[in-house]
Amino acid sequence: MSFLSYLINGISLGSVYAIIALGYTMVYGIAKMLNFAHGDVIMVGGYAALTMMLSYSANPFVAVLVAIVVCTVLGITIEAIAYRPLRGAASPLAVLITAIGVSYFLQNIVLLIFGSNPKNFQSVVPLPDLKLADGALMITGETIVTIISCIVIMIALTTFINKTKAGQAMLAVSEDRGAAQLMGINVNGTIALTFAIGSGLAAVAGVLLCSSYPSLSPYTGSMPGIKAFVAAVFGGIGSIPGAMIGGILLGIIEILGKAYISSQLADAIVFAVLIVVLLVKPTGLLGKQIQEKV
Amino acid sequence: MKKFVKAASLALASAMLLSTTAFAEGDTFKIGAIGPMTGGAAAYGTAVMNAAQIAVDEINEAGGVNGYQLELNPQDDEHDPEKSVNAYNTLKDWGMQLLLGTVTSGPCIAVGAEAVNDNMFLLTPSGSAVDCITAGDNEFRVCFSDPDQGAASAKYIGEHNLASKVAAIYDSSDVYSSGIYATFKAEAANQPFEIVAEEAFTADSKTDFTVQLQKAKDAGAELVYLPFYYNEASLVLTQAASMDFAPIFFGVDGMDGILSVKGFDTSLAEGVMLLTPFSADAQDDLTVNFVTKYQEMYKEVPNQFAADAYDGVYIMKAALEAAGATPDMEASDLCDVMKTAMTEITVDGLTGAGMTWNASGEPTKAPKAVVIENGAYKGME
Repeated sequence: MSFLSYLINGISLGSVYAIIALGYTMVYGIAKMLNFAHGDVIMVGGYAALTMMLSYSANPFVAVLVAIVVCTVLGITIEAIAYRPLRGAASPLAVLITAIGVSYFLQNIVLLIFGSNPKNFQSVVPLPDLKLADGALMITGETIVTIISCIVIMIALTTFINKTKAGQAMLAVSEDRGAAQLMGINVNGTIALTFAIGSGLAAVAGVLLCSSYPSLSPYTGSMPGIKAFVAAVFGGIGSIPGAMIGGILLGIIEILGKAYISSQLADAIVFAVLIVVLLVKPTGLLGKQIQEKV
Repeated sequence: MKKFVKAASLALASAMLLSTTAFAEGDTFKIGAIGPMTGGAAAYGTAVMNAAQIAVDEINEAGGVNGYQLELNPQDDEHDPEKSVNAYNTLKDWGMQLLLGTVTSGPCIAVGAEAVNDNMFLLTPSGSAVDCITAGDNEFRVCFSDPDQGAASAKYIGEHNLASKVAAIYDSSDVYSSGIYATFKAEAANQPFEIVAEEAFTADSKTDFTVQLQKAKDAGAELVYLPFYYNEASLVLTQAASMDFAPIFFGVDGMDGILSVKGFDTSLAEGVMLLTPFSADAQDDLTVNFVTKYQEMYKEVPNQFAADAYDGVYIMKAALEAAGATPDMEASDLCDVMKTAMTEITVDGLTGAGMTWNASGEPTKAPKAVVIENGAYKGME
């Protein structure tokens, strides 16, 4: 029975990683850049929701909506100010370093505004905990909501990309930016839209993460951000189902590793698995092998 | 008119006199303070700097030390040993004579090595790792060392027969937490209880404790030892409650502050026991005065770090007075007289009555155990 409860915890944690990883993987797939500030956007989302709930006593649902709007605007702003001017830069490293800079910038701004003390986050989930098998197996309301949100987001995103014009434009830009531009696709607009969606998802992830593990500090986003990045690479960066599978597997490996191998080595195990996967399948689980044509 | 000019020039002259005395070299004791004011451990450094400033202001208002004023220069080290040494060098350039710090253990060990070379008097308010003060005889501390706490907790649990099966969760990435746990485990071997689960977490995974708690529950633990800080402890208590796991929780001084965590359901902390040298709810004059002032100035309830720092400044004052020191002394000469004075003074502070020091720099004071009842600390025998 404890195995089952570990497994469910793992899937729940993995679902959060998966939602964050979607943001990484979309931005990478379309803009070909690693947005290391993504984890900190999550943290901003958490603070936005918390402020709405504490200072304006907003209903949790409204708080989540506000957080999504704040993060979406933030994502578009970061892209326009920090990344777009560098898109033509000679080295892809320039934009990578900028992303790291943005990450620290966000952390320090929040540190200035909210201070360093971790804040206790109130859960936005109104569901009661589910007790099965006479209380031996417990599934929290947060877990249920996290897993369901993850599935819904995944389906919605896949539909969006395959069925809408904007989604098709994203696919085209990710395939060949130059050709897409020649076909009349607004590349800058498409990339901005990608950032908007990715950051909106980050807000959802932030709220879910803080609801399950109710401690919010300016550094809350950094470790889940890195883990989600690992999940994205694990599943095959650029692939949306890959990010999903990678995230959930990573969560399960982390929790089971903690439970059955060593609680101290949990993170080491996660990264060791990544190394093994990359040795066997360098493009990740669902990554596409793209032949470079000369 | 003439009278007015005279009065005005007199006032001007005295103002000039005052300003020159305030800034002249050798007329104030220059105390440097180092601690994290930004970064992940900023809460601790900020508390220390705030409280130290309160103590310095109080002392200056009351006429200073041996008739001289104190001057405090707080520097940020972001809980990073390298930055801490840089801050130490900055302070030396400023003319520091006494060092209050550093706040956290890792940086304190790094700065300690430098301070020994310079023979700079070092008093760490809260660096509790053993090695913080082992580098030389110029180093002293205000708080308990980690081994003292770990061993004291194990003895306390054993002597009071609190449980026969004990689980422990500790932060393996933190020298404070793992230091306490190491001595707890060593002392537990001599005690009539058994450690049935020892679980670790790291700074990077300090929000999810369900796995560790599940293992403790499965092992049948009646008491869970939590040698780490209150922010994580509040999560442990919340997660334990949601899985219907209700052992006795036993914490150390880092647990202090759990009742002031915003948004935390403090009823979950009922029955939690902890060893702490300072409780902000105590009713003695010294504590009430300090807590009121701190809340007025910084809108927060001071934690144990703040109390350690406040005591630290008063300990320096007591030692400076015992040594009859003057600010024109070189830092190294001052350190020599302070070393002797430290072993002779007895200080009543926020974190203990009748604190004394031996030459190794360790304080002697009794640890206090409290249990949380009806949302307040209650002393235990």
